[in-house]
Amino acid sequence: MPLLEIRNLTVSFDTAAGPFMAVQGIDLSIEPREVLAIVGESGSGKSVAMLAVMGLLPDTATVKADRMAFDGVDLLGLSPSERRKIVGKDISMIFQEPIASLNPCFTAGFQIEEVLRFHMGMDRAQRRARAIELMTLVGIADPEDRLSSFPHQMSGGQCQRVMIAIAIACNPKLLIADEPTTALDVTIQKQILDLLVSLQAKYGMGLIMITHNMGVVAETADRVIVQYKGRKMEEADVLSLFEAPQSNYTRALLSALPENAVGDRLPTVSDMLFEPAPSATGAAS
Amino acid sequence: MSVTVLEGKNIVRDYHVGGGLFRPARTVHAVKGVSFTVQKGKTLAIVGESGCGKSTLARIITLIDPATSGELFIDGNKVDIAKDGLTKEMRRKVQIVFQNPYGSLNPRQKIGDVLGEPLLINTDKPAEERRDLAMKMLKKVGLGPEHYNRYPHMFSGGQRQRIAIARALMLNPSLLVLDEPVSALDLSVQAQVLNLLADLQDEFQLTYVFISHDLSVVRYIADDVMVMYFGEAVEYGSRDEVFADPRHNYTRTLFAATPRADVASIKARLAKKKAA
Repeated sequence: MPLLEIRNLTVSFDTAAGPFMAVQGIDLSIEPREVLAIVGESGSGKSVAMLAVMGLLPDTATVKADRMAFDGVDLLGLSPSERRKIVGKDISMIFQEPIASLNPCFTAGFQIEEVLRFHMGMDRAQRRARAIELMTLVGIADPEDRLSSFPHQMSGGQCQRVMIAIAIACNPKLLIADEPTTALDVTIQKQILDLLVSLQAKYGMGLIMITHNMGVVAETADRVIVQYKGRKMEEADVLSLFEAPQSNYTRALLSALPENAVGDRLPTVSDMLFEPAPSATGAAS
Repeated sequence: MSVTVLEGKNIVRDYHVGGGLFRPARTVHAVKGVSFTVQKGKTLAIVGESGCGKSTLARIITLIDPATSGELFIDGNKVDIAKDGLTKEMRRKVQIVFQNPYGSLNPRQKIGDVLGEPLLINTDKPAEERRDLAMKMLKKVGLGPEHYNRYPHMFSGGQRQRIAIARALMLNPSLLVLDEPVSALDLSVQAQVLNLLADLQDEFQLTYVFISHDLSVVRYIADDVMVMYFGEAVEYGSRDEVFADPRHNYTRTLFAATPRADVASIKARLAKKKAA
């Protein structure tokens, strides 16, 4: 049974100019212990689709799906309070800007312990012990001192580690990482990616990596979904995607990588004749 | 014949951080004696992580901040803005494009005025001529005359970066400093902007100082590469030398950390994962 199964997901936002379709009929499933990457440029609907799963979209968004099931439970049928018990515990998410996604008014320790109190009902001593354990696990030096650090006292990489600690605090079955390394330096990016992949293997989590960086995809994913303007362009395992991309859009993306440059100009996406490949399932054209 | 456009000799920049009631004042050495030369029509890439001093160096080269010590030559003339100030003529020679195209354009200024402003400040060209030059420049960077009266919020990130590049070129500079010009852009837009930069360099024989942390972009665009680490240039050489044979440990770490998107490395990773 897939860990997360989404069929025909549509998300639209009400705007002054009428409804805007951010996600148009996406199908997606992820098995336990799998690393799935969702790739696309800004505006491809990759983050919106995952925020819909988390139930974090604003009221202006309308989410429709034929099926959206996590671990056999239909997420759309749940009441908001029932859903809150799953989100943050069994499914958790980390975001792009680590410093902005932590609350600047509270210490790292408080923010880790908050999840443990809410979802696990641990007492004070247990929470503190678990928070130290988590800080060690995500590779923060001097965890006991760092518990009382505020986000502004830590670097971007350390903040992202704290975010990961919060996300894995309740041993989630599925971790969604939304551009986890975009704001970080390459050397720190490498450390964070290695950390995510090793935690995923150690705890057998499903991991969804949302990214626009083909390098990150190549370094982490088992399977890849390529999205463009709210539609799925291609779905393939990572090796076939890079070896023999099926859709024109994927080919264009790969050839726009500077390391694949032939000659002294880069091909751009608009150079390619643009039409969705027929194999792209879910692309209702 | 090659002409040296930019030369820096042993450039140092210290920042004095004022002390408080309970804290002594201290000095941060942001750039610790860096030397470089760039020939006309070439690109020097400066690579390093946040806090390594690469943007401080960019501000010194752009004549925004003076260096604490060291000598800077532009087109063979020694420049010292701390002592002599900055002439309009010097300002025309060096221009900069910043990283964030959302932050570097005034939201209340029309694009035409954005492009006309450098001419208004630095030259005494009449309004009509400024307008003509701005129109021409818009076309050069791949936009049209219909964009002249629009505001920055009406443009995408890639288009805004084109506008920022156009503004920098209005004064026909000989040296353009690009401070992470493509790191906020999507992959396909990044390719377009890099192509534009290459076209402009060919057309105007521009000299670029290209600051970046993305090695794949640097490898594509640079002629010479300088790697900075904690204010020092730990590696400096031609692109092929640096990429083929990195000497400093930090450069090697940087190369190893850059994600590789080729089929061979994916195969290697999958094989390793299977074995584990």
